[in-house]
Amino acid sequence: MNPFSYARVTTPPAAVAARTQQPGSYFLAGGTNLVDLLKRGVVVPEKLVDITRLPLTAIEATPTGLRIGALAKNSTVADHELVRRQFPLLSQALNAGASAQLRNMATVGGNMLQRTRCAYFYDTSLPCNKRVPVQAGPDKGQPNGPTGCGALGGYNRMHAIFGADAGVAAPKCIAVHPSDMCVALAALEATVVVVGPKGERRIAFRDFHRLPGDNPRQDTTLGADELITAVEVPANELAAHSTYLKVRDRASYAFALVSVAAGLQLEGTTIRQARLAMGGVAHKPWRLFEAEQFLRGKPATLATFQQAATLAMKGAKGYGENDFKLTLAPNSLVEALTLATTPA
Amino acid sequence: MRDESQPLPEPGQPDPSRRAFLKHSSALAALALTPPVALTAIDHSLDERLAAAFEQLPLQVRINGQAQQLSVEPRVTLLDLLREQLGLTGTKKGCDHGQCGACTVHVDGQRVNACLTLALTTEGREVTTIEGLGSEDKLHCMQEAFLRHDGFQCGYCTPGQIMSAVACVREGHADTPEQVREYMSGNICRCGAYANIVAAILDVKASGQKV
Ligand SMILES: Cc1cc2nc3c(=O)[nH]c(=O)nc-3n(C[C@H](O)[C@H](O)[C@H](O)COP(=O)(O)OP(=O)(O)OC[C@H]3O[C@@H](n4cnc5c(N)ncnc54)[C@H](O)[C@@H]3O)c2cc1C
Ligand code: SF4
Ligand code: FES
Ligand code: FES
Repeated sequence: MNPFSYARVTTPPAAVAARTQQPGSYFLAGGTNLVDLLKRGVVVPEKLVDITRLPLTAIEATPTGLRIGALAKNSTVADHELVRRQFPLLSQALNAGASAQLRNMATVGGNMLQRTRCAYFYDTSLPCNKRVPVQAGPDKGQPNGPTGCGALGGYNRMHAIFGADAGVAAPKCIAVHPSDMCVALAALEATVVVVGPKGERRIAFRDFHRLPGDNPRQDTTLGADELITAVEVPANELAAHSTYLKVRDRASYAFALVSVAAGLQLEGTTIRQARLAMGGVAHKPWRLFEAEQFLRGKPATLATFQQAATLAMKGAKGYGENDFKLTLAPNSLVEALTLATTPA
Repeated sequence: MRDESQPLPEPGQPDPSRRAFLKHSSALAALALTPPVALTAIDHSLDERLAAAFEQLPLQVRINGQAQQLSVEPRVTLLDLLREQLGLTGTKKGCDHGQCGACTVHVDGQRVNACLTLALTTEGREVTTIEGLGSEDKLHCMQEAFLRHDGFQCGYCTPGQIMSAVACVREGHADTPEQVREYMSGNICRCGAYANIVAAILDVKASGQKV
């Protein structure tokens, strides 16, 4: 690990100022992703700004829902009484992620900004457009490895089936965003509260993460000198019929091959409202807007769920090893919807 | 330097002195790569603690009940601090990337992976390692249960398993075998002693002993 300097801040403005003054600095929260990336030389910071002491850990009810501080630990959020009662989907998704130890370290803000688990991204000797600017051309001796996407035509079993080709002639990156929590937050239509040098700003969750397009280095729309301070989750009527389904290679402690966050509001057997998002399938938590709209007003039956799944798969594309997701994803969606409508 | 009493490494086997050389030379390379900007002082008006790269920063932390006044580099992990600087080698390094749980310790009573914890972030905290759990004449009840149930084979993962198991019971996540398996999934055992580990944890839980 390269040496770096270290600063501990205790107020959000001091955190933003530290970051603005030294562009080569990074915020350090739980460290579960960043320290890993430092050890592998993927991130080479000049300075770490330790934000773990910022007073941003509260989880509190607001007139419109729940506000969760960016430095709240994943385990604390998952087990919090208000979260479990109002947003069981969020609680389930958090508990499906990582391990008990890692959830005790990981924060809400860090979870949103965790990098992809694409193996090429983590190995600086292999080509990756996410580590190196696309414009840089073939390896010109950048310290951070050669360009190109190793996963295209390579090992891509874990990779995306949606959105990689949006806005570009050919995909530059087929990585997925690995978070479970974010899939739930997408379905729950959360808002991200951030503060930067110009003050506070709010970002709708659907606009927070981005598709790779021409610039796969950029995972989100967060500015380089902005600090996430909180996430707000609006109250909803989905708690009674929600499920987070995670399909993975082993029963626990593995990233999702495909995951589904499903929340339904039912009136008798009629679907009043549906919120659906998938993980493990795209560069961002993948909302299924069309399927949601289709389900509104329909009976909660297997046949409807299957039709919704067919709609949801429009535009999906496999890249070889991950072709199985073209079948696994719709099946998982039907399964999640079935579980959500089954009384506990 | 090679220890003359040790046999020469077999061809194709790693040579310890060569490893030491590589370590040494990469430290020199790191020195050369230090960004100049990291070596300059930074605005002191901020409410922060600042340090230039390579500077040792003071760290006050309680480890196994003892107040420690230490000096550490920002990039040192809690795991390396414990093992290399304090000689507390009970905490193991398995993967060094958060994937195996061998390095599990408690920070302020919460189980965490010491390999992904930068030591400086533990300022003012209370760290408990396997050495601080019981004593040599009086083992912790979880250590006794692991012995009774044969909850290990080679023993490499065991300190992490036990630290994790104690936390698992304290958290209230040890009610059923399924729950124990789920909440112990962050501790990998290459020897596959899982069945006996689960039995040991459920035994401690059922006994109602204070963990
Ligand atoms: C072995 C292993 C298995 C895992 N399995 C899963 C899994 O199954 N599902 C899952 O969802 N996740 C999983 N994870 C990932 C884990 O959830 C993330 O590493 C964690 O959530 C990151 O949070 P952190 O607080 O530790 O972030 P850090 O590592 O501290 O930071 C991550 C990034 O976010 C930035 N950052 C942090 N907080 C803020 C803020 N408030 N404002 C602005 N920038 C900020 C940092 O600068 C850094 O770039 C796993 C991780 C490991 C190591
Ligand atoms: S999929 Fe993205 S992260 Fe993986 S190698 Fe390709 S460009 Fe890099
Ligand atoms: S050594 Fe820390 S998790 Fe493996
Ligand atoms: S006892 Fe050998 S790894 Fe667990």
